[in-house]
Amino acid sequence: MTAMITRRGTAVRAERDGFGELLHAEWTKFRTVRGWVVGMIVAGLLIIAVNLIPGGECGGPQSGGQVTLGGPSCAPTLGPGGEAVADSFYFVHQPMASTGSITVRVTSMTGSYSPGGAPGQELKSALQPWSKAGIIIKASTRPGSAYAAMMVTGEHGVRMQWDYTQDAPGLAGAVSAAAPRWLRLTRSGDTITGYDSADGTHWARVGAATLPGLPRAAQAGLFAASPTSSNLISQSATGSSSSGLSTQATAVFDDVDLRGTPPSSRWSGTDVGGGTNAAYPARDGGYRQPGRALTVTGSGDIAPGLPGGTGSGGSVAGTLAGTFAGLIAVLVVATMFITAELRRGLIRVTLTASPRRNRVLAAKAIVLGAVTFAAGLPAAYMALLTGERKQHAGGISVYPVPALTEVPMIVGTAALLAVAAVLALGIGAVLRRSAAAVTAVIAALVLPYFFAGPLAVLPAGAADWLPRATPAAGFSVQQGYPRYPQLDASSTPANGYFPLAPWAGFAVLCLWAALALGLAGYLLRRRDA
Amino acid sequence: MTQAPPAQRAHTADTSRPPRASMRDALHAEWTKARTLPGTGWPLLAAAALTVIVSAAVAAAVRCPSGHCAEDPAKISLTGICAGQAVIAIVAVLAVSSEHSTGMIRVTLAAMPRRATVLAAKAAVLTGPVLVTAAVAVPGSVLAGRLILPGHGIGPAHGHPDPSLASGPALRAAAGSVLYLALIALLSLGIAAAVRDGAAAIGVVLGLLYPFPIPGQVVGSSSWHRHLEQLAPMTAGLAIQATTGLRSLPISPWAGLGVLAGWAAAALLAGGNLLRLRDA
Repeated sequence: MTAMITRRGTAVRAERDGFGELLHAEWTKFRTVRGWVVGMIVAGLLIIAVNLIPGGECGGPQSGGQVTLGGPSCAPTLGPGGEAVADSFYFVHQPMASTGSITVRVTSMTGSYSPGGAPGQELKSALQPWSKAGIIIKASTRPGSAYAAMMVTGEHGVRMQWDYTQDAPGLAGAVSAAAPRWLRLTRSGDTITGYDSADGTHWARVGAATLPGLPRAAQAGLFAASPTSSNLISQSATGSSSSGLSTQATAVFDDVDLRGTPPSSRWSGTDVGGGTNAAYPARDGGYRQPGRALTVTGSGDIAPGLPGGTGSGGSVAGTLAGTFAGLIAVLVVATMFITAELRRGLIRVTLTASPRRNRVLAAKAIVLGAVTFAAGLPAAYMALLTGERKQHAGGISVYPVPALTEVPMIVGTAALLAVAAVLALGIGAVLRRSAAAVTAVIAALVLPYFFAGPLAVLPAGAADWLPRATPAAGFSVQQGYPRYPQLDASSTPANGYFPLAPWAGFAVLCLWAALALGLAGYLLRRRDA
Repeated sequence: MTQAPPAQRAHTADTSRPPRASMRDALHAEWTKARTLPGTGWPLLAAAALTVIVSAAVAAAVRCPSGHCAEDPAKISLTGICAGQAVIAIVAVLAVSSEHSTGMIRVTLAAMPRRATVLAAKAAVLTGPVLVTAAVAVPGSVLAGRLILPGHGIGPAHGHPDPSLASGPALRAAAGSVLYLALIALLSLGIAAAVRDGAAAIGVVLGLLYPFPIPGQVVGSSSWHRHLEQLAPMTAGLAIQATTGLRSLPISPWAGLGVLAGWAAAALLAGGNLLRLRDA
């Protein structure tokens, strides 16, 4: 003690107390423990190793016994902007020239689903929030072609939607015989304008869509679609597949007024996307024309497409699934970085050399975070490369992500590992017992994902807060796909769809790490080492 | 490190007088250690409480308004096992690693040079309290499910199998869950004996349990997915909890528990051999 006091008085002091020295000391500690360095390397390898497991294959034996992988049925349907889309609905249509309009009155929309998921069972009545029925002008009946539509929905009032990602609200409220809705679309070249009305005389403009390259002879008509229900998903705790139940919607139209069609044309019905899209099996879609009314029944969705939800195709986030395995190795090393020192009494030497305890903790956090980030960055990059190569080799098309999405995903994954390591450091300093600390951090980071995510033990709604409020929220940095308000998708992290925006989820994790570090600093000062 | 090896060597080299320590003595010694450590009872109590609480919370969260969901009441009631097993794993890991970290293991091995006997005694002494804990946690979870689930549209009144212990499959699910927790404890013990360090051991155990099935979810290949579920200790072992949809299970209930038993045996074998081969 006396030796220290005299030394603090000397000129050496400034150098001794330097934060740089402290960082150097912590780096030396980390570097020279072989197990920790190996642990970090193992973490990086684990992140990549998941992609060495043989993956799924798409395609199959062709005629002549030749196996070809890939093909259109293995790829997600692409919309006019190159984005993945869901395009599956029942379409009652006639050709329309470059100038024309369609006006209808909708008097009812009802929904149903088959409870057991198997066809032929008694149908239960249930309208989905985003069940859709209305009028549509579409470039062709090919799935993924450009369109603009006016529709009534289950719970979101009248909407105008076009080209899968665009959405504009119209009249609120549900449609019924007492409150019918008039819908109108007018086409003038590439521009389609949508109107709605509650009485058929006073019209309000809802939106205008420009569909570049809309052919002169487009298809115009009535449609009905109802998405797979995520709320009716049958759960399974052992990780068996859980699938949504397909639903269907039936809408009744009358006063159909179609202009700009060839004189002799008649209605024809098409199950757009039917059969090619396993997620939306056609459920007896069709139309009837009793008198002046027209009843259309359909299943499916016209919406942005997400991996796992609307057909075959891999996700970019799936290539980073190894993060979980790597994370556990990181957490073990991070916890031991502090608990080993506490247990072996080395902390007394450390604190004698640098009595400001918070600075010691800060130096540890910085060194650990930097080392983890440096290990995680190349690992995440390699994982993305190997994963995409694997999916390509299996003939699986990856759902396209917007340009430069992969950069924040890779950097975000490395940052996620780094902040998680700091969180583990803090909890290790608080609990002091390495086994308990490792378990606590793993439980906080992996279990919420486990319960709410791929193994889906909890129902989608009730489990929503788990991946939002716990440190596991940080995984949303692997969000690969934009979130659309007009899409009810349950968060499935394995598919790259998280309940929070990337920065928000990362902020939640940072908050937890800061809390743990703060508590650790407080206790480190209060407790004897 | 400087003291123990010579003493130990002297002990083992003395073949004319074989060590008197029998399995009974080893059991007694391990039991005394476990009994007198202040930190043994609380984690087990916490494991039981966590299991019941998580089970009840999941049961309370599951809704089936239409009464037509493909839910498995027994499985929902026993979801807490997924969380409780982590605490059981800590207890099992600490039973070995705390001796290594304090150096107590040298005393133990000096007194009981047959290392396989020591590990076997540890396994036996651990299994008893874990079985007792599970025998409290599992019926508690089943009871919670029984009380909560019928109010949420899941129960015999809605065509679901009876989750109470009166029915055969439900009894198998409950008894199997007790065995599952015991096997998880043995697996953790074996891994801890092999890895020695507590933090690393718990990392390996939890890494083996939780993220193992995740790649299977992502790879998309149904055959590999199935193989992973048949192979992973947790997904295979928890097949014992299924009472509905037995045909769609990746592995039959008892075979699944057998896979977990295989993991536990392999871990104990590896741990026992490494304990024999390495310096303590």
